[in-house]
Amino acid sequence: MKLKIRKNLPLIDQHDKNFMYGGKFGGNFIPETLKKPIDDLTKLFGKLRKNKNFLKERDHYFETYVGAPTPFIKLENLTDHLGGAQIYAKVVSEANGGAHKIYNATVHCLIAKKAGKKYVVGDTGAGYAGKMLSMAAKKFGLKCKIFMGAKDIKRQRPNVEAMRKNGAEIIPVTTGSQTLVDAVSECMRYWVSNCDTTHMCVGSTVGPNIFIKICAWSTAQISRELMKQVKEEFGIIPEKLKLINCVGGGSSAAGFWNEFMNTHAQFIGVEAGGPKNSKLHAAPLTNGSKIGILHGAAQYVIQDKEGQIGSTDSISAGLDYPGISPLHCFLKDAKRARYTSASDEEALYAYQLVSKLENISPSLEPSHAFAEAIKLAPKLKSSEVIIVNSCGDSLKDKDIIKQKLGSYIR
Amino acid sequence: MKSKIALAFNNCKKEKRPALITYTVAGDNTKNNSLKILNKISKHADILELGFPHNTPIADGGQIQGSSHRALKNGIKLKDVFQIVKKFKKNNPHKPIILMGYFNLIYQNGENNFLESCKSSGVDGLIIVDLPYPENKNFANKCKKKSINFIQLLSPTTSKDRIKKIIKNSHDMIYYISMLSTTGGRLKVSPKKILQNYNTIKRINPKKNLVIGFGITEKTISSLKSANGLVVGSMLCKIITNSLKMGQNPVTKLDKVVYNLKKKII
Repeated sequence: MKLKIRKNLPLIDQHDKNFMYGGKFGGNFIPETLKKPIDDLTKLFGKLRKNKNFLKERDHYFETYVGAPTPFIKLENLTDHLGGAQIYAKVVSEANGGAHKIYNATVHCLIAKKAGKKYVVGDTGAGYAGKMLSMAAKKFGLKCKIFMGAKDIKRQRPNVEAMRKNGAEIIPVTTGSQTLVDAVSECMRYWVSNCDTTHMCVGSTVGPNIFIKICAWSTAQISRELMKQVKEEFGIIPEKLKLINCVGGGSSAAGFWNEFMNTHAQFIGVEAGGPKNSKLHAAPLTNGSKIGILHGAAQYVIQDKEGQIGSTDSISAGLDYPGISPLHCFLKDAKRARYTSASDEEALYAYQLVSKLENISPSLEPSHAFAEAIKLAPKLKSSEVIIVNSCGDSLKDKDIIKQKLGSYIR
Repeated sequence: MKSKIALAFNNCKKEKRPALITYTVAGDNTKNNSLKILNKISKHADILELGFPHNTPIADGGQIQGSSHRALKNGIKLKDVFQIVKKFKKNNPHKPIILMGYFNLIYQNGENNFLESCKSSGVDGLIIVDLPYPENKNFANKCKKKSINFIQLLSPTTSKDRIKKIIKNSHDMIYYISMLSTTGGRLKVSPKKILQNYNTIKRINPKKNLVIGFGITEKTISSLKSANGLVVGSMLCKIITNSLKMGQNPVTKLDKVVYNLKKKII
């Protein structure tokens, strides 16, 4: 059966009564204890997203606190250097805190306030989701706990320090691979035990359906801004337009593409291919992983024949996740988006090239997207346009980059 | 024909005591030992729950995670779990055994295939932690057709309306989660309060066998003995962990502990 994206209905709402997209992705595979809190949150969010005052409040904080709109710039030097398509960047890393995770974090804190919750918990991989949640929690007067894999705590030091400064309690997760997948599990387990007093924020477009919805609804701000900026720059939506975004859980890509869903713009998602010559990767869509259930949702997921979730390896902590948003599984099977991967080495090279030539310095996550742009651009005509979502800043990756390349430039 | 699970509850009612239900993880700490454990503790326990381990459990506390981790490290596969059940049933054909785990393993194995293996190895019931009502309706019906009990869970957060629906759709046993917690949390609600909730649910359909689980240890078990059944899991996993640490035999250790648990509820 070929899946189809419906027009005139937001992508996040294109699910059936069991919250499944295309009949097979998503859903709510959750313990009974979480049914009620998730139902409550679903109802509350359903009301809030239709409430004009809430939307005003959201826009107000996006403007004054997050810093909307983030810049849209042409990468003249990179375009000249590669000699092909015109390359642009949506510099989402200019948002408060340095990445797109601020949108989801801000909205979750606003919801937590409306729900009368005093505590908020969240997971984090690269540390951005955690950093932003801790920032927003501080701003809105909520107590904050962040679950983070012990391996990630070591490799994303700057973000860990930021979280501590914001007064968040960081809970190191030492089970399993000690990365994002375990942090999400541990955070959910914590919520099972504390759902009466605590609001949970899932850091990406993964997990039970409501978390996918809230996250994608929040990051959609990126493409609302971009749509305007593209029209200002070109007058129309360019005939040949590619929107390239990295995908780990898939929150920034979902937001980057949302407003362009019913246009002719092409979507390319770039997964983490892991180290060259290694079989470990975090690219379930590129490598044809089977559908399985992870963190409450059916999705393409890296797993063994039995259904045990597989380990992943990526230089980028933010993409180092065995699953992928059900929204992206849906977009892939409906052939609305194309997915590919970039290796650690390609991402590092892309980081280096962009940082050297331009005034921006993408973190290792969007460097995967830039790697694809660098591959594609020379093959395309100068009338074609590529826009990359530069959704994070390299500063947090300083240690890893220094270690891998010998020096760090920004 | 009555299921073995229903018969076990009937026996306990006759003896005016709750059913003692144990939970251990298949393959913890080895395939052989987990079979030996089942053989030993089945002399005291009325129903045996056997976990089929998953490496990304979202509702299990540290103790059961530890047991699952040990079992998976030993290379336990679904086929080994069914082997253990089959071997156990050979010597104990009347003792009900319930498999407990997460849906992804069933999904990958294929629902029909999985139920076929349950049937041929002698599994009496299933608890699937992350397949709640109403999403579980299809699968629960498939179980019913194969005369396998699909055991649903209720929690303190389950609304009254929902409780009624779940009870209506339940088979021979329902599992009440004592408190908001992952498995193995400390009992943070008083036994009195737990029994109050329990009795409210029980009144909806007094005929249904309703058991209490989560946070039950030798310290708390006797205060809850008016229930139809009591599940002890994490405590047993912890004892396996501790006896391995101290170089003791987990099989004999567990035998003693379950014997003592039983003494507290008769």
